[in-house]
Amino acid sequence: MINTTELKAHNRKNRIRESNSYKIFTVVNALIMIFVSVVTLYPFLYLISQSFTSDKAIIAGHTSIIPEGFNIDTYKYILSKGEFLMYYKNTIVYTVVGTVASLLFSAMLAYPMSKNELKFNKVLTPFIVFTMYFGGGLIANYILVDRIGIKNTMGGFILPMMISTYYVLLMKSFFQSIPKDLEEAGEIDGLSKFGVFWRIALPLSKPIIATMTLFYSVMYWNNWFNAFLYLQDKSKWPVAYYLQTIIRGQGANDPDAVSVSLNIKSCAMVLTVLPIVMVYPFVQKYYVQGMMLGGVKE
Amino acid sequence: MQNNQSLNWQPRELTRSERAKKNFSRYWQLYVMVIIPVIYYVIFRYIPMFGNIIAFRKYRAGGNIFGEEWSGFRYFKQFMRDHTFWKAFANTLIINIEYLLFRFPLTLIFALLINEIRNIHWKKFVQTVSYLPHFISMVIVAGMVKELLSTAGPINSALASMGHDKLNFIAMAEWFRTIFIVSGLWQSLGWGTILYLAAISGINPSLYEAAAVDGANRFQRVWHVTIPCILPTITTLLILDIGGLVGSGGAFEKVFLLYNPMTYSTADIISTYVYRMGIGSNTGGNFSYATAVGLFEGLINLVLLTIANQVSKKVSDSSLW
Repeated sequence: MINTTELKAHNRKNRIRESNSYKIFTVVNALIMIFVSVVTLYPFLYLISQSFTSDKAIIAGHTSIIPEGFNIDTYKYILSKGEFLMYYKNTIVYTVVGTVASLLFSAMLAYPMSKNELKFNKVLTPFIVFTMYFGGGLIANYILVDRIGIKNTMGGFILPMMISTYYVLLMKSFFQSIPKDLEEAGEIDGLSKFGVFWRIALPLSKPIIATMTLFYSVMYWNNWFNAFLYLQDKSKWPVAYYLQTIIRGQGANDPDAVSVSLNIKSCAMVLTVLPIVMVYPFVQKYYVQGMMLGGVKE
Repeated sequence: MQNNQSLNWQPRELTRSERAKKNFSRYWQLYVMVIIPVIYYVIFRYIPMFGNIIAFRKYRAGGNIFGEEWSGFRYFKQFMRDHTFWKAFANTLIINIEYLLFRFPLTLIFALLINEIRNIHWKKFVQTVSYLPHFISMVIVAGMVKELLSTAGPINSALASMGHDKLNFIAMAEWFRTIFIVSGLWQSLGWGTILYLAAISGINPSLYEAAAVDGANRFQRVWHVTIPCILPTITTLLILDIGGLVGSGGAFEKVFLLYNPMTYSTADIISTYVYRMGIGSNTGGNFSYATAVGLFEGLINLVLLTIANQVSKKVSDSSLW
């Protein structure tokens, strides 16, 4: 009896002591989080501000977080220029085609890999996973793409990155979490193995499919290096590579540098980032869950 | 009697090939599914992997992709004597180690701090904002860095208002590593917390209750419950990072986009050196030489990863394989 009273008193004392230092911590923590959020968002806000700044202010070197001489002429100029829209359209086409191909073939690999009863997996899994740790370098890949004749085609841009082993393993973990009974019930109802995959496993995999759609489409949307290596025709460039060509010159002595004014650069960057910023928060629930699967070891 | 015999009847053990046949006839549709992906891996992953052989063979433009004739370790000896290679090798190590020393602890601390936020909406907001940079193209990141650091940019304006001289950061070798690390933290800090937060959310709440009964305050609970519980995650992530110490991973794109001849002395890393030797327009064309350098880098990484994996298997029971 005495013991419990003592314990209660001890706990109460503890809670009071804790609540004071914890209060201080809560305030400090909130300040840290505000700082991180502001620092993270600042470059975006600065970019947006630049894109609305007038030519006059840009030439005078007046830049700040609030646009000087606010106007939307830069946007009008860029969007009326056929060139930018062409690059943008290329990016959309590559992203859609690439993402569909990536999803399809990654799922076709990940689903059989998720079946422990498939004997072949003893060979298949190491065969696939090994490529994560060792591979052909830049040069060997370059020679391959050059030699199989997909240089300067959409295939040259998409194929070298079409299946990501890491994403395949995330999908595999998800497929393994699907209850076996559901798949067996489908087989009893007369579905083939392929039917079970298409009619049962895939419809149950919406979270991982949403995650993979986001990851793969961001990968294609952002890629400029494959275009830089493999796409010679300007008419085939994606917008990310076009951005690289206009950003490159800044601050360096580059003879190929294209001189483009700061507000046009910023405007092009804002337009390129915009679709991603508008989509990713809505898929957050899914990709956090999807990434968790990768962290959980079997 | 006969009945008894039939009850005791056992199926004959199937031979290996019979079992394989049975497995195949039952699952053949799954085997068919992997055909295209497997062909993809052979062409786009394994042919380039074996293409590394040109590090030991003379390669002629337009000739055999696996080279023409054996040249032994000629190209390896060549780059081992090259001062520029060793500079790039040292830069790779320095930049990766410095980045890891900042990123690794800061990510863990940031995850623990996010976990302490009690207001769900505020927590979600911080997470969403901090994930954003992860989704941004390296081209845009490089563009932002250049705009923010330009002589007309906000950093230099702030310096000027404090009475300092303006600095052309992008052209100064002594600033390159700082720029690389700070922009890297900006890009990866938030995203890096996902796996930690996932691991933390999997901790059994009764452990915290037990610690509270024992009189542990909040900080002690983090130290004695949270950290030990997420130790396997910490180890796994550390193994992966150590395996990449000599590699370039995501570093290649950023260095390539941000460096220039004025900053080569601190910025040039192995992969950008490989690029310039192999493909770069003025200096390129030495495919075998560049492949030898790239292969050297890849093998060191493989060895480092294996060592880190073995050590962690011994020390903490968590490993990649």
